[in-house]
Amino acid sequence: MSRLTLATTPEDHRIAQLAAAAVGLSLIDAAIPLPLPGVKPGLANIVTMIVLARYGWRTAAWVSALRVVAGGLMLGQFLAPGFFLSLSGAVGSLVVLAFAYRLPRRWFGPVSWSIFAAFAHIGSQLLLARLWLIPHNGVFYLAPFFFVAALGFGIINGLIAARLLAESEGESSGAPPTASGASHA
Amino acid sequence: MSWLAFVRPGDWLVAAAGAALVAVSFPLAWQAGVAEKAIVRAGGKVFAELDLGREQRIEVPGPLGTTTIAVERRRVRVVSDPGPRQYCVRQGWLQRPGEIALCAPNQVSVQVKGSREAYDSLNY
Repeated sequence: MSRLTLATTPEDHRIAQLAAAAVGLSLIDAAIPLPLPGVKPGLANIVTMIVLARYGWRTAAWVSALRVVAGGLMLGQFLAPGFFLSLSGAVGSLVVLAFAYRLPRRWFGPVSWSIFAAFAHIGSQLLLARLWLIPHNGVFYLAPFFFVAALGFGIINGLIAARLLAESEGESSGAPPTASGASHA
Repeated sequence: MSWLAFVRPGDWLVAAAGAALVAVSFPLAWQAGVAEKAIVRAGGKVFAELDLGREQRIEVPGPLGTTTIAVERRRVRVVSDPGPRQYCVRQGWLQRPGEIALCAPNQVSVQVKGSREAYDSLNY
């Protein structure tokens, strides 16, 4: 009998840990009852924002992809329509985040990223739903509600991510949180 | 620590843009407006335009017999139809612009029209 050993790097471990956190949050997400099907807080995106800020886009993409697959397996959604919806949402928000991430940090922080990601998420989900699941313009009837939710949850998740980032930075370096618009407070 | 401290200047801009998108999406998604009347067609020609504000009941002749259409509380439905499968009757009340019930065997249809022209429910 031969033994198969996979060589893992510290980065692999980090990605796995972060993905596990994201999967946990998406399970909580699925358990929260909300009045409108399709509206979810998207708590796992908090992890994506933090990973994006700390380790960059590539790691964020890995964590998102693992979260979608593992979350789908755990919820029994794997390869079901719900899985493809969350996959398209994740892909859409990662594409937008690749650009948003390059905005000057002094002006645009996790809150901006989170709003961009939330709109991209629901946008690509609606697009997939229109093209594939419900080929009828009726799907856009609820779009305004989805956009309201995207804006609200995008801001909230962004704020949580920004706070967690600021707190962990404060712990590791003792430095105050990075430039925030004091003039706006 | 105040939550506002985590909002950077540009974030306000992004949030404002998001709010604008939300505001624009409402009229865009609901462009069909409110339901105003029901168009009744028989044999492909407009037979009657029913004002949804007035309760009424009309009888439409077709090759199989008479189809009865009723307007009640800003909704319209096919009350009875001589067709064999009764799809249009079982569709029930129509109230949103673009909704349509087809009684194909008797060549009668009724469609709700909105204040503005939009997609119809058959475009798929």
